[in-house]
Amino acid sequence: MTEKDKNKTKSSEGIGGGALREALRVPALAVLTGLLIGAIAIVASGSNVFEAYYALFVGSFGDPVRFYNGFQQFFSTGETAGLLRAIYPFTESLVTATPYIFAGLSVALGFRCGLFNIGAEGQFFIGALTSAFVGYSITGLPAFIHLPLAILAGMAGGALWGMIPGYLKARFGAHEVVNTIMMNWIAFRLSDWLLNGPMKASGFRPVTPNIEHTAELPRFFPDPLRLNWGFLLALAVAYIVYWFLFKTTIGFEIRSVGANPDAAKYAGMNIIRNFVMVMALAGALAGMAGASQVLGVDHWVGQGFSAGYGFDAIALALLGKSHPAGVVLAALLFGFLRSGATRMQSIAGVPIDIISIIQGLVIVFIAAPDIIRWLYRLKSVKVEETVLTRGWGR
Amino acid sequence: MTNVLELRGITKRFPGVLANDHIDITLREGKILALLGENGAGKSTLMNILYGLYKPDEGKIIVRGEEVEIHGPNDAIARGIGMVHQHFMLVPVMTVTENVMLGVEPTKNGPFLDKTKVAARIREISDQYGLEVDPDAYIKDLPVGIQQRVEIIKVLYRSADILILDEPTAVLTPQEVEGLFKIIRSLIEKGKSIIFITHKLKEVLKIADDITVLRLGKVVGSISPQDATPEILASMMVGREVNLVVTKQPAQPKEAVLEVKDLYVRDERQNLTVNGISFDVRKGEVLGVAGVQGNGQTELVYALTGLLPIESGEIHLLGQPIHRTTPRSILERGVAHIPEDRQRHGLILSFPVHDNLVLCTYYQPPFAKGINLQEKVIYENAEALVKQFDVRTPSIFVNVGGLSGGNQQKVIVAREFSRPIQLLIASQPTRGLDVGSIEYIHSQIIKKRDEGTGVLLVSSELDEILALSDRIAVMYKGHIMDILDAGKVNKEYLGLLMAGVHPEGAPLPAEGTVPEKVF
Repeated sequence: MTEKDKNKTKSSEGIGGGALREALRVPALAVLTGLLIGAIAIVASGSNVFEAYYALFVGSFGDPVRFYNGFQQFFSTGETAGLLRAIYPFTESLVTATPYIFAGLSVALGFRCGLFNIGAEGQFFIGALTSAFVGYSITGLPAFIHLPLAILAGMAGGALWGMIPGYLKARFGAHEVVNTIMMNWIAFRLSDWLLNGPMKASGFRPVTPNIEHTAELPRFFPDPLRLNWGFLLALAVAYIVYWFLFKTTIGFEIRSVGANPDAAKYAGMNIIRNFVMVMALAGALAGMAGASQVLGVDHWVGQGFSAGYGFDAIALALLGKSHPAGVVLAALLFGFLRSGATRMQSIAGVPIDIISIIQGLVIVFIAAPDIIRWLYRLKSVKVEETVLTRGWGR
Repeated sequence: MTNVLELRGITKRFPGVLANDHIDITLREGKILALLGENGAGKSTLMNILYGLYKPDEGKIIVRGEEVEIHGPNDAIARGIGMVHQHFMLVPVMTVTENVMLGVEPTKNGPFLDKTKVAARIREISDQYGLEVDPDAYIKDLPVGIQQRVEIIKVLYRSADILILDEPTAVLTPQEVEGLFKIIRSLIEKGKSIIFITHKLKEVLKIADDITVLRLGKVVGSISPQDATPEILASMMVGREVNLVVTKQPAQPKEAVLEVKDLYVRDERQNLTVNGISFDVRKGEVLGVAGVQGNGQTELVYALTGLLPIESGEIHLLGQPIHRTTPRSILERGVAHIPEDRQRHGLILSFPVHDNLVLCTYYQPPFAKGINLQEKVIYENAEALVKQFDVRTPSIFVNVGGLSGGNQQKVIVAREFSRPIQLLIASQPTRGLDVGSIEYIHSQIIKKRDEGTGVLLVSSELDEILALSDRIAVMYKGHIMDILDAGKVNKEYLGLLMAGVHPEGAPLPAEGTVPEKVF
């Protein structure tokens, strides 16, 4: 690597190279500020801040005491039970982060092309349903065929759900925000019908049958630890999205269309084709989020299956500046917060909604970084902000 | 004689840039001070400081002998300083009166607007300075020259007596420029003082009482127009000898590279803006398209490059029809396009220089193997082009949005000239550029012509058209008024054609007539 290469700032890639520190500083301070203001809300709700945040920490990373005991037990007796119990919260955080990564990548990819994919939630549902269907209806296949097939089914379902609004935008100029919202509702009601009818397992509850073992994403540890290959798949997909966006001609086109559609057209790029393709790919990513949740964690689909992953994904993409690496970090943050919040509620008696407040604050600070710069008297550096989406009627 | 405005030691730093370095300028009462400088010389920063949009790091502003602090446009106006921006700030669907009263709406009987009072005042101002503006006219119906007068009325209405005119002649025909100069002189007669910002040297010599030249954020010097020549001013601006006359050999035109027949084009609002024009461009010649902005040149270029669909007619490139094909196919057949709006069409400002240099060729070898971008080749290409075309940039990795206008344009020129081309379409190629960059880009265009490329040059700068063209087509309201041999015309003659007047009194082409669709 030459000296010049080291000094370069890969500005168009948002994060990376010399811009890394600047890119991380505001998000880090945003999280810190969110936690500080969240503390006020905790006090206001009549709880002890330190107790609450300690429970949040223990709930997301694990209890240091348990780690200590677990290691001691492991080294003295070779027994892993204690250690597994100690890492349980940490693995649960990663489990929660997994669909966030996929869904965040979906929205981020759309942003890079100037498209606002609010439909990740619906695409998530459809992906979950199609992968579950392949997972339980086909039997007798070996895992190395069945599992990829189920994942592909999830991707295809999501892709279809994303491609429809993409096509409507390209063909008729219908705004993708409106259409993806509509597609969400269609997905919700369609899943209600499927779960109460064609896809319903025998019994009273509106849920699908359990998927075959051959379609499951293998888990790393014995029950109850649910961490599975879905997490590594998510990291791999994040890398592929990075490569696709920044190292290929197709990604170059996508980013050009997103950054300046007029210049993209001038350069001979087919904007309409990019819109349809990116919406389909974004749908596939959100579909993978659903598939990973079904195949890796739940093994069946029920009503209200998604905890709003597709909507949180919008925040994740913003938080991660639409960069795959940023999205992964943001998804991990959300995973840890979400997973720790449960414990915070049970131990410290702090309502789980406090976490929503903190998340909301973090998003506000990321969306309006000048607040953070003003609070901490940071020098305002003129960084080219990534154009996330264009106004109506373009 | 008193000084109405003095700036003393104004210094403004931006991160990494000293935009204004201890600048002193003096505006005498009832005089015209011309502020000359290349882009990036610090003129805009200085005027924004004067207008209260930036706070200077050092220095003081003295208005009529009194040191003042200006915190915003309202402060500036309260001190009698008014600014006429290069890009008009008018609402097209409102009348002149409504535009003038925006922001200072007088009311009567409670909350009701008192338009009659404002209209009366506008008539008063208009008569006083010979502006001839109808207060009840809608902005969208007024020609650009009159719109500019509305801007002048806006500042006069607010009782400004120091007027800053920012590149006021950029959008005007030669005749309109004469009109503006008449107005400026009548303003001066009535005791107003004017700062006139421009990069057109001849205008400066014609109108200014004092000339101050800025370069790289510093005052290079002040000179009176009696002592100055265009050559002296240009070398002061650029800091070296500048060749103001484009040296070129007579053209050696060969066969036609572009043939346009009966072309009709609608703009994005579905108005017919190109009204049945025919012409050709031959290899090795420059065909200049003159005309006041907004007479269909933009849509003509968009149609030729595939950015707008055509209504009817035919376009042939080297005998092949291209009027039903995609922009990419047109690019690949060897058409280079320097677009009119470089920031909108020509560049992706948030992309680094190296990516902008392969914006049209990123998918072709050697820049791509399959779908894999070859970053090393792209970087090498950028390093070579930046050197060859003298693009001033800290590195090829900075975003092109951070470069000056001249260097942004050089990036486009470098990109378009670095691939094999048959036809160059250059639309306003030097708009807003400094003398040094203009000289460079002109010489590059002539070089391409001499290599046998056909050049279609669209420009609203008559000097540019006259300097580069071998033949000149004048466009007016979507028609070509005439195509003339560049050696046999003068500015006045072209100016009349640009205003839609045939000097021999020949009738105008009928407006807005479309033939039956031929396809």
